[in-house]
Amino acid sequence: MEAVVDELPVILGAFWLTVKLTVVSGVISLVWGIVLAAMRVSPLPVLRGAGALYVNVLRNTPLTLIIVFCGLGLGTVMNVQFSRDDLSLNSFWLSIIGLSAYTSAFVCEVVRSGINTVPLGQAEAARAIGLTFLQTLRLVILPQAVRTVIAPLGSLLNALVKNTTVAAAIGVMEAALRMKNLFDAHGDAIIPIFLGFAAGFVVLTLPLNLLSGRLARRLAVVR
Amino acid sequence: MTERGATVLYDVPGPRTRLRNNVLTLAFGVVLLLVAYFVWTKFDEKGQWKGELWEPFLRADTWTELILPGLLNTLTAAALAAVLALLFGAVFGIARLSDHRWVRIPAAVVVEAFRAVPVLMLIFFAQYGGSLAGLVVTEFAAVVFGLTVYNGSVLAEIVRAGILAVPRGQAEAGSAIGLRKNQVMRLILLPQAVTAMMPAIVSQLVVLLKDTALGFVVAYADLLNAGARVVPANYANLIPSVIVIAVVYIAINLALGYLATWLERRSRRSRKVSADPAAAEMAGGEVPLVR
Repeated sequence: MEAVVDELPVILGAFWLTVKLTVVSGVISLVWGIVLAAMRVSPLPVLRGAGALYVNVLRNTPLTLIIVFCGLGLGTVMNVQFSRDDLSLNSFWLSIIGLSAYTSAFVCEVVRSGINTVPLGQAEAARAIGLTFLQTLRLVILPQAVRTVIAPLGSLLNALVKNTTVAAAIGVMEAALRMKNLFDAHGDAIIPIFLGFAAGFVVLTLPLNLLSGRLARRLAVVR
Repeated sequence: MTERGATVLYDVPGPRTRLRNNVLTLAFGVVLLLVAYFVWTKFDEKGQWKGELWEPFLRADTWTELILPGLLNTLTAAALAAVLALLFGAVFGIARLSDHRWVRIPAAVVVEAFRAVPVLMLIFFAQYGGSLAGLVVTEFAAVVFGLTVYNGSVLAEIVRAGILAVPRGQAEAGSAIGLRKNQVMRLILLPQAVTAMMPAIVSQLVVLLKDTALGFVVAYADLLNAGARVVPANYANLIPSVIVIAVVYIAINLALGYLATWLERRSRRSRKVSADPAAAEMAGGEVPLVR
């Protein structure tokens, strides 16, 4: 227990990094995932094909492989740099790329399933008043679709919180890697340290579930 | 969806829309090709398409000595973890539905706790916690432990939802003919629940298979380790090597995905076949069966 109290600032710092990874890649995945969903339902076969290819490739590749590709492949081999002197900032942004690329494929599929729940008449009405495809999607279909899939989007966000730990594969000092280092430093306090970190994840994910459940009920489209 | 080329979101295109669509197709096609060309030249600048980086994958010994052993380790860990996770899921899923509070509540705590903790943390904990208890925990054991308890907890929720989705009358009918509680569960509820939940179970097994790649972090000699450490150590070709093993992962997971779709179609067909004659018999072929 002492070890946890002594290292509390370090632990909180690690969780702050976890939160930053989650928020930044969460926002990017939501935007990019909706764009992908729009591509997959568009009238143009080129865009539909490109979207389907992206989603099928990214969804079936392990996240660890994607992160390793971003960190070692893009970072080390291709020399993609976000900061010349701060290595940890560099791996932070490279893992954001990996996490967003992966999560957006799942967001796309969730949003697409939401589009399927919007009644046919809504789109017909939109077309009848002369809206174009993009207007129909933006003004009529997507607002209803996204509201019906808030609960599944919430569980995606929940999965993302846990998936940020994979950034440990390229040395980002988020919660999991920090926990391992504390295990090394305090060999006698492994169980309290583990319980502390596990509690941290419960604290992060539990409110998310409650919030997405409440939002889903409040914003539900009455049909 | 009535006519070819039409969906909910847009009409069957007329001549002007067809023309516009063709122009847009061309424009977006050019944009996508430019993106692909940009990526290609960036990799080309760093010499990633050079023949000698890809040539190792045309030789049999690269596969038999470096990649396939990794694939075998990935599949071994995934298979063992899948079996254990299914057992874990069945036990805890059923325990959460127990009539006894002292069974139900601890089971719920275990399932909810393991679902909230990232797999990588469970793997680290198995390594360090095991050695604390005087056990020698191999990387293999740690990976299997993490995958089992995490995916087992998710499967427990799937099993629980599946059992709750079986119509109540089924359990009541079982009790009415004098079956015990565990017989009702074993003979009536579980078989129906598992059939209905098969697609969800298979997709969770895809997740499990993908997560074996976490073994890379603790240096388990799996497929990702082969592609990102072993092969590049021999030929200095990290990017080609990672691309090749990504293709292997995608092929395996797509195959599992098709298996899930096939199972779903099959179970839907068999339920229809088994339900309809019974419905016709009971209702004299007039009243539709309400489920």
